[in-house]
Amino acid sequence: MGSLIVIVVLVLAVIAIAQLTRLYELSNALRGKREEDISLANNKMNAWLWVMFGIFFYGMFIWLVCAYGDKMLPVSASKHGVEVDDLLNFNFILITLIFFITHTVLFYFTFKYYGRQDRKALFYPHNNKLEFIWTIIPTCVLAVVIIYGLKTWNDITDDAPKDSIVIELYSRQFDWAARYAGEDNELGKASFNFLSNTNALGIITEASYTQKVAEVEAEIKATEEKIKNEVMSDVNEEAAIVHLRRLKAQLLRIKSFKSEKGDLNLGLDDKVVKAEFHIPVGKDIKFLMRSQDVIHSAFMPHFRAQMNTVPGMSTTFHFTPTITTDSMRTILGDPGFNYILLCNKICGAAHYNMQMTIVVDSEADYKKWLAGQKTFGESFTVEAPKEEGATPAAAPSTQDSTNAIAATNIK
Amino acid sequence: MAAADIHAEGHHHAHGHDAHHGHDDHGHGHHEHHETFLTKYIFSQDHKMIGRQFLITAVFMAFLAMVMSLFFRLQLGWPGEKFAILNTFLGDKWAPDGILDKNMYLALVTMHGTIMVFFVLTGGLSGTFSNLLIPLQIGARDMASGFLNMLSYWLFFLSTCIILASLVLEGGPASGGWTVYPPLSALPQAMPGSGMGMTLWLVGMTVFVASSLLGSLNYIVTVLNLRTKGMKMTRLPLTIWAFLVTAILGVLSFPVLVSGLVLLIMDRGFGTAFYLSDIFIGGETLDAVGGSPILYQHLFWFLGHPEVYIIMLPALGITSEIIATNSRKPIFGYRAMIGSILAIGFLSFIVWGHHMFVTGMNPFLGSVFVFTTLLIAIPSAVKAFNYIGTLWKGNIVYTPAMLFSIGLVSSFITGGVTGIILADSTLDITVHDTYFVVAHFHIVMGLSAIFGMLAGVYHWFPRMFGRMMNTKLGYAHFWTTIVCAYGVFFPMHFVGLAGAPRRYYDYSEFPFLDGVTDLNLVITIFAIVGGFAQLLFLYNFVYSIFRGQRAPQNPWNSNTLEWTAPVEHMHGNWPGALPEVHRWPYDYSNEGKERDFTPQNVPLEPGEVGDH
Repeated sequence: MGSLIVIVVLVLAVIAIAQLTRLYELSNALRGKREEDISLANNKMNAWLWVMFGIFFYGMFIWLVCAYGDKMLPVSASKHGVEVDDLLNFNFILITLIFFITHTVLFYFTFKYYGRQDRKALFYPHNNKLEFIWTIIPTCVLAVVIIYGLKTWNDITDDAPKDSIVIELYSRQFDWAARYAGEDNELGKASFNFLSNTNALGIITEASYTQKVAEVEAEIKATEEKIKNEVMSDVNEEAAIVHLRRLKAQLLRIKSFKSEKGDLNLGLDDKVVKAEFHIPVGKDIKFLMRSQDVIHSAFMPHFRAQMNTVPGMSTTFHFTPTITTDSMRTILGDPGFNYILLCNKICGAAHYNMQMTIVVDSEADYKKWLAGQKTFGESFTVEAPKEEGATPAAAPSTQDSTNAIAATNIK
Repeated sequence: MAAADIHAEGHHHAHGHDAHHGHDDHGHGHHEHHETFLTKYIFSQDHKMIGRQFLITAVFMAFLAMVMSLFFRLQLGWPGEKFAILNTFLGDKWAPDGILDKNMYLALVTMHGTIMVFFVLTGGLSGTFSNLLIPLQIGARDMASGFLNMLSYWLFFLSTCIILASLVLEGGPASGGWTVYPPLSALPQAMPGSGMGMTLWLVGMTVFVASSLLGSLNYIVTVLNLRTKGMKMTRLPLTIWAFLVTAILGVLSFPVLVSGLVLLIMDRGFGTAFYLSDIFIGGETLDAVGGSPILYQHLFWFLGHPEVYIIMLPALGITSEIIATNSRKPIFGYRAMIGSILAIGFLSFIVWGHHMFVTGMNPFLGSVFVFTTLLIAIPSAVKAFNYIGTLWKGNIVYTPAMLFSIGLVSSFITGGVTGIILADSTLDITVHDTYFVVAHFHIVMGLSAIFGMLAGVYHWFPRMFGRMMNTKLGYAHFWTTIVCAYGVFFPMHFVGLAGAPRRYYDYSEFPFLDGVTDLNLVITIFAIVGGFAQLLFLYNFVYSIFRGQRAPQNPWNSNTLEWTAPVEHMHGNWPGALPEVHRWPYDYSNEGKERDFTPQNVPLEPGEVGDH
């Protein structure tokens, strides 16, 4: 029904335009007027329309600033963000000035110099001095913009302080996870080869290594048998062969981690959280970012922070939060306010809803919260306990879960 | 072909002449060839016909892309609302009960961008006006190679068909955004649009680039070699300078895009890992390791940024010509304008990294791109000032083309100044990929470049179709369009500064964006009104092709050579000898002349100088 109305309106509109055009053409023909002759009245009308447009345009700008100026991002909740905002304001004042000056001149000229029969335009092909001036002025202004901007950029992208709290942000279609280094403030190794239902970030520990080797080997065996015994369509067989190839490559890669010397159990005390993560106010936070499948972007608008997460590559961003969630609620007068982590790189159907809540706590609250989270060692359980290699994993798991219960009680 | 009956009546000297014969003295030789419908309207090698073919294809594509944008604007204005019209056009699969599907939303966004950037503003803008104007304004019989020119159009047509075909696939068309970043675009598991739709997108774009290269090479050769006597490079109209530099940009940058696309095709189909590494998707660990998704972005933006100027320069060239003609004044600072075109062209190659400040690229490299990018503001500012300088003390004739050209100057400034914010890597951290960016590039490309294109259509319609467009409808079209276009894109700056990311299906689920929700509604309403206003143009365009008032020889009292050729199209453009050029193209309102214009082919009087 709706589309029918739209179509009818469209048809009627076209007919109306057609009829008006015919009428106009007939009257033109009667008066001997031609399309290419723009009359004084028309020039005058358009000159006035430019003025009216100027009023509309400036009016819209002013209305938007007045009505929505306070709906923009609130005061920055991070240290470097204040510098970013200062730079932004500096640039905005500058470009608003350029915008208004050039447009005012433009609208004034379009109004003043509309065509009249009795005057002739000024033959004025160039003026080198004037052109020199309006090349040099933008150059000087831009020099300031560039120097100011790059100074801030260098400060922000400088290495994070050594004692920063290290947090990994891990993205996948369509959610985020955050991983905290444990007591050692060092994140355990992780790889996409080790991903499983119980190891969402692919953390490598002795236990997860053993379990993953067993799992992949079992699947290789199953797939080989499937290819050998089952009667499959060509397409399915092809898919199975590709799958087998991938599994074998994965197994090789997994085994290469074992041969690398180094502590494989660094990840045991790592803590992985979903849906919400906490950071302490006033501390330097260094984010390391990884992605599981496609490119995402960790966008934390209130902290003026953004960095892409790229599969196969580690990216980083660091900042110092300065306003706790509670304080920001007071500042905004909004008890429901929460900081948010958004995905800002198109990543699929639910891209728009890939978010995580950020809570900025006082240091004490942060420590309490973190203590309440399970370590990887505690939460990692082996899917197929029948495998012999899985046993060592079970031991720390049980042991740590007692601690976890204790921690929950404290909370 | 819409233009079919234009020549049915009148002028018999529009004889069929093969372009190959046309380069010599054209005075002899009458009526020796007969053109069939097929050689005249379909497989034509005449640059004027090919220009019209590009234009009509582009107008069709532009309306399609605009309707797509209206569809997704409905969802953004009234999130989750049912619209029967969506169901009518998209069907039960993509708009069940009239609610737009999330994947289709992304598909519409992607195809809107692809079509507008490549098929309308690259193929349509350059294809139409480079073809029409290069031979006519430099005084040549035709393009250097009529056959390659024909091939260029038909490859463009083929790529258009491939892209259109992808719209009706079961999995939908490509939907990873118009930049189609891998791994999203490389993995069919990642989204429905990364299946067959993506394959067709890649094939279509590759064919498109082939078309663009054939066209560009032709334009360059023609401008350099086929200028008529007296047409020095420093007497070329600025349109031709702009088309020339545009073509050079295209030739140098499009091949890089193709190499990027070929690597993507190989990653998708042949098991390579140029862009893929460490990926676990759809419950499976892929065996691709060692590739880098960022490599694709470098290759893409190595075209992608010059592409912005491939779009903008022709529009600026067209505007220069129209503003000078209708101010009845020489373009202010002709040589500075040429210098800025060259500077913009050169700089456009060393700024691509400003699209990648937050990809994890080395921050120092980012600094370099900040520097080069902000340099572009200098020649751009010079251009804007020179336009305003041209209007000063002019005697402005408000043709619809002139209105659109002044509209371009306004939007070029408005969109240009926000570029200063985005070029600053520090500020880009906050506004990257938000609606602020959407506002910026739509005001530059959606307003400026489209205004340039429309200005060109209104101005050269008499040259293209031998008839005039309706001026009053042109006025109505311009004023509704500029109000609505700014009404759509200006508030987007504010939505962006509130922190709203682009390409989101629904903004109503984020409390921190509640303050600007009603702006999304305002934008959608302006978009709908502005969309309907384009019917004024469509009607005017189609009607005038067939029924418009017959065009006089030189309707706008312009200086350039195209207005000395007969109104009725003919192969070889001029009967008899080619016109000879004696002066620069902007001799308007010169002192001591009775008329306020002196065409380029008017010989110099004693003591007069031909160049300025």
